[in-house]
Amino acid sequence: MTDRPASTTKNADEGGTDYLETIPYRVVAVYLPLGVFLFVLLFPFYWMTIATFKSNTELLTTEGFAALWIVKFTFENVERLLFQTEYPRWLVNTLFVTFTATFLSLFCAVFAAYAIEKLRYSGARLVGLAIFLAYLVPPSILFIPLATIIFKFGLFDTPFALILTYPTFLIPFCTWLLMGYFRSIPYELEECALVDGATRFQILRKIILPLAVPGLISAGIFAFTLSWNEYLYALVFISSSEVKTAPVGVVTELIEGDVYRWGSLMAGALFGSIPVAFLYSFFVQHYVSSMTGAVKE
Amino acid sequence: MAVIGESPGRMPRVTLGARLHNNNNFLGLLFMIPAGIMLLVFLAYPLGLGVWLGLTDVKIGRPGKFIGLGNFRWLAQDSLFWLSVFNTLLYTVVASVIKFGLGLWLALILNKHMPFKAMIRAIVLLPFIVPTVLSAMAFWWIYDAQDSIISFLLIQLGLIDSNIDFLGKANNARASVIAANIWRGIPFVAITLLAGLQTISPTLYEAATIDGATRMQMFRKITFPLLTPIIAVVMTFSVLFTFSDFQLIWVMTRGGPFNATHLMATLAYQRAIVGGSLGEGSAIAVAMIPFLLSAILFSYFGLQRRKWQQGGTDD
Repeated sequence: MTDRPASTTKNADEGGTDYLETIPYRVVAVYLPLGVFLFVLLFPFYWMTIATFKSNTELLTTEGFAALWIVKFTFENVERLLFQTEYPRWLVNTLFVTFTATFLSLFCAVFAAYAIEKLRYSGARLVGLAIFLAYLVPPSILFIPLATIIFKFGLFDTPFALILTYPTFLIPFCTWLLMGYFRSIPYELEECALVDGATRFQILRKIILPLAVPGLISAGIFAFTLSWNEYLYALVFISSSEVKTAPVGVVTELIEGDVYRWGSLMAGALFGSIPVAFLYSFFVQHYVSSMTGAVKE
Repeated sequence: MAVIGESPGRMPRVTLGARLHNNNNFLGLLFMIPAGIMLLVFLAYPLGLGVWLGLTDVKIGRPGKFIGLGNFRWLAQDSLFWLSVFNTLLYTVVASVIKFGLGLWLALILNKHMPFKAMIRAIVLLPFIVPTVLSAMAFWWIYDAQDSIISFLLIQLGLIDSNIDFLGKANNARASVIAANIWRGIPFVAITLLAGLQTISPTLYEAATIDGATRMQMFRKITFPLLTPIIAVVMTFSVLFTFSDFQLIWVMTRGGPFNATHLMATLAYQRAIVGGSLGEGSAIAVAMIPFLLSAILFSYFGLQRRKWQQGGTDD
């Protein structure tokens, strides 16, 4: 297959050797597996959506293949979720916690990243490494001591318990990401400003930040998704229903007894996923490139 | 005194304020304060406190006393603890290996020219974006004992006679949660490896093709070696987050059936928060640290290989 005559140089200028592949080969090696991947990766979302808009009686029918799609479209699950549970409240809580924690983390991370990358104070490299290691500390080994600290500070069962703890994983991540962006800003720009008598604060505000806007956006989206998706801290530090975040509320409050109302549960899961998916769809290019950028260093 | 690190002594008379203003060490410290305080109070201190709690018998609402390694001695005889260690290792190893294999495969596919490339990449990342808890609930329903869509389809196709009890039997439950974890992890691995693949120059493949290399040889001799550094990073992240996973398990099985899916994180939660034994829970959490450290060290040495791999050139 690879030793086909080189006369088929149709797309040769695109680079690579893809043009050497025959159509049947591409179907078997690329499109078929890709289709299976996409199907498996998307199926749970399809299933969530279907369940959201099905009536409860239809959900439990197992007659024929009609179970695979919606026969009679209904909003009863959504209605129940929005008007008979505290779900809207949880969404508002989640938004509040997420925005505040993201803003706080970005604020801390901008200064930290600038100091590490541009001021190069003594020990900056070591601090940079420590911040990277801090990102690798998983919440599962922190939540027990954090719970005692939160309790001692009197923050238990308040949104601040989450606003102050989410930065533990957001700051390291954002700092690491912003360090990469700041590194790409040429030092000469700052030199000019310094010669002109600008202070470091002015430089940060008027030169570095405007140039690092893409970085700030990616760090912001990442921080937003990470805190929106957080579960363990929200589960441990919050106990009353009116302070709960959406992921915790759906799991702990919507499940009543042994009979699961799958329709409302799936509606809760779907609407809890939509905000991040929505945000993500706008900035997907940023997201993908910064995710890969962050890993490439 | 020096405006820029390299040009000393231009301004002999400056006030202390101005001097501090241009001192990178002072400014660096100042700029590090917000992040530093947050991380010291809510990350470094809890980390230390966790180790200390592991050495005490604190319960919720009752101050404990120092009992040395008592918790660990107790855990060493606790068969449930060892079961959770076994489950965690099984979960991590199986899920990570499959995530890596499928993720790499998906990355290789996505690296080909195809229509709607950008859109497909965006869609692929979805499982990684949405809250794990919420997708775990979708899986919970997909695995439901009575209304599972998988059982339903298999029955309709005549492959099985009765519903599969996905989450009710020990090994079924293990396989089910691992499958859900893999589903969630593949996008991250695939997209990151894809970024790595795109840094490999196509000329290498052209040269190899002219030399008559087969696809397999190109993969083994070009793609894989050049991808190793990024594989090391991705897999460290993947292993760390799989090892310390909590949400998927807690939503789908709560460690059941018969503790068959209890991971160390869920057991720590159950003992510390549900059961109230903060000391014992902390000891379980502390027991996770050596595993995590070895994963980080593994990654560190994986990264070190990068210098000679790139022939000593700077990237």
